[in-house]
Amino acid sequence: MATLLPPKSKRIKLAEQKKTAEQAEFDLIPTELPDILIQFRASDTGEDSNAPIKVSGAITAKQLEELLNNLLGTTDDPLPYTFSVAKDSTQNLSNVIDVPDDIYTSVLKPGYKTTEDILTVIYTPQAIFRVRPVSRCSSSIAGHEQAILAVCFSPRDSKRMVTGGGDNTARIWDCETETPVKTLKGHSGWVLCVSYSPCGRYIATGSYDKTVRLWDAKSGDAIGDAMKGHSAFVTGLAWEPYHLRDGEESLRFVSSSKDCTVRVWDGRLRRVEMAMSGHGASVTCVRWGGNGFIYSGSQDKLIKVWDGKDGKLLHTLKSHSHWVNHIALSTDHVLRTGFYDHTGKSPETYEEKKALAKQRYEKAATIGGQIIERLVSASDDFTMYLWEPSKDTKPVKRLLGHQKLVNHVTFSPDGRLIASASFDNHVKLWDARTGEFLASLRGHVGAVYQCAFSPDSRLLVSSSRDTTLKVWDARKRKLAVDLPGHKDEVFAVDWSPDGMRVGSGGKDKAVRLWKH
Amino acid sequence: MPQNEYIERWSKLHGKRLDHEERTRKRIARMAHNSSKSAQKLHGLRAKLHAQARYKQKIQMKKQIKSHEEKSVKTSDPGPSSEPLPPYLLDRNEPKSAKALSSAIKQKRAEKAAKFSVPLPKVRGITEEEMFKVIKTGKKTAKKSWKRMITKPTFVGPDFTRRPVKYERFIRPMGLRYKKANVTHPELGVTVQLPILSVKKNPQSPMYTQLGVLTKGTIIEVNVSELGMVTTGGKVVWGRWAQITNNCENDGCVNAVLLV
Repeated sequence: MATLLPPKSKRIKLAEQKKTAEQAEFDLIPTELPDILIQFRASDTGEDSNAPIKVSGAITAKQLEELLNNLLGTTDDPLPYTFSVAKDSTQNLSNVIDVPDDIYTSVLKPGYKTTEDILTVIYTPQAIFRVRPVSRCSSSIAGHEQAILAVCFSPRDSKRMVTGGGDNTARIWDCETETPVKTLKGHSGWVLCVSYSPCGRYIATGSYDKTVRLWDAKSGDAIGDAMKGHSAFVTGLAWEPYHLRDGEESLRFVSSSKDCTVRVWDGRLRRVEMAMSGHGASVTCVRWGGNGFIYSGSQDKLIKVWDGKDGKLLHTLKSHSHWVNHIALSTDHVLRTGFYDHTGKSPETYEEKKALAKQRYEKAATIGGQIIERLVSASDDFTMYLWEPSKDTKPVKRLLGHQKLVNHVTFSPDGRLIASASFDNHVKLWDARTGEFLASLRGHVGAVYQCAFSPDSRLLVSSSRDTTLKVWDARKRKLAVDLPGHKDEVFAVDWSPDGMRVGSGGKDKAVRLWKH
Repeated sequence: MPQNEYIERWSKLHGKRLDHEERTRKRIARMAHNSSKSAQKLHGLRAKLHAQARYKQKIQMKKQIKSHEEKSVKTSDPGPSSEPLPPYLLDRNEPKSAKALSSAIKQKRAEKAAKFSVPLPKVRGITEEEMFKVIKTGKKTAKKSWKRMITKPTFVGPDFTRRPVKYERFIRPMGLRYKKANVTHPELGVTVQLPILSVKKNPQSPMYTQLGVLTKGTIIEVNVSELGMVTTGGKVVWGRWAQITNNCENDGCVNAVLLV
């Protein structure tokens, strides 16, 4: 009888696997590829660079990045880019092939283009800062006496955070010392939604007691009494974008409610400026777009677009066949942060601030030289629709794939990805330009309630009923970090605008802060 | 047998007797006494039939009472009295039973109380004579009488194949094998039928544990994955232990209570 060798150890097996994978990769690109002609084109302006360049057919994305930085004269502080190749000569940005690794594997090998063609390489700058994935719970702060229902970071940085809870209070937290700052008492019902103004000086809270309240973000003092108007609980809040304000002290925001109305409030005069009724059922979500439109999604299956100036109904977007649960704008992140960018410096005067906020908005909304704000809506009919409301009342694309209702959608801050959280335990990633399905992120074992992108769009965090948060890598489309720690369902999650921290709260009554 | 509704016809033509109301009232009042009297006197088959009928009647009565009670309870509208929910869950009626189950278990575990105490601490001893029947078929088998048949219900794993006749010392009859148990959560009173995964401990003897004998007091492991319980680490809870509470061999089913 022959001697049996002992089974290989795990370490040896892994090493072998790695080696074979490396070899396979190595063999992938043939050595004698002819040279190809490429022409660069900016994705935001749509302008071509001057002349086609001859490069090796085996050029990688990294080499392309180096080459482009050389051409644009930014070699001292090179910018990261992502590349895609246009399928045809039109300016249509939806008809492109992404190049994640190299041109040969993604374009030449599948036969989209041959080495004879001139390739139009479209480049998109990525965030120049990098957010590190959060990996540990830095603190779990008790304070709320009931479940936490909403979490929101200040637009400035990750120092301050506000949470709304079922104990009828909202609380401001200092995230650096990880201590409570102030308890915002006043509501007589659960605080269902909280929102920082884009200037970071005010907090608005909406409650089950049908009122909306304003607070000073720094001191935590109430600004006046409750603002009454709604006849049922408030479901959502949205502030007027900073670049649309008609004065530094302008304090306009919009609230949606179960009573089928959307109300625009003037915080200074403390009254309802406009009440837009037109929905036939509870309004679930409201957004104030950068072009002055107010978007509201409702359980009557409609999304209505209102004029933020005079409250006129502009469009009704019909397509969903069940409740609209949530809507998101491609510019949500810049509208929320206003003039605060990743550098941490903010301008002095109001005019400069407004100009910067406007510039940031326009940069985020520009595709192919046009300002197009896109909207995505999630629904109980298990689908989502992608819209361009400024252009058309017909949807651009129907996003199919979820097997249960979609609860939450969000655009990545660079406007290139859409993430959707659904009750079928999956998070799905979609291409925000075309609406194509990209990947399904599996891992949760309970309904996924909310998700939030990191400000550099490379990471995604999702909160779920299974008591965990999970951080996903948006590029690799894989789980990056699993964050257990909550003792019960996680209702709300938010990633701070500077990317340093993630805040979450849920049924276990503790606010948790997560850090790298 | 009456062929027509002649009584109704008669009363329609002539009306009711003058004392009709009183007679019916008295009859109803007497009914309980009469039935009690007869119930006490009945023997044999009649007694059995009566008991059966009465049993069914009682079930119906209890069901009706329960449904009336349920009607009067106010549900819907998650007012400030119930637990807080975020706006996106406010209009949804989620099934809560499994969730309640899991959070109750978590709470209990957090308390770490009475981890090793079981609901049935003592059980009646079972003799080998009661447990096993000696097989006396075949010349050699009868002579040496080495073969046993287990007379109690058993749990046999899904991948079990019987050994050759020559080697099989213990026979576990097919008719007495169980795959599922009706498991009750002690605090919530929720009962769910769950697949049995294994027999963890039979208090009678370690040999019975090995054979998978299900008697009263046996600790079994049940598959609770469909309840959707989750650990704090985010993993799905798969198996949990439960203790059998009934004499399965008499009842034809396995009832168990979850150990929390």
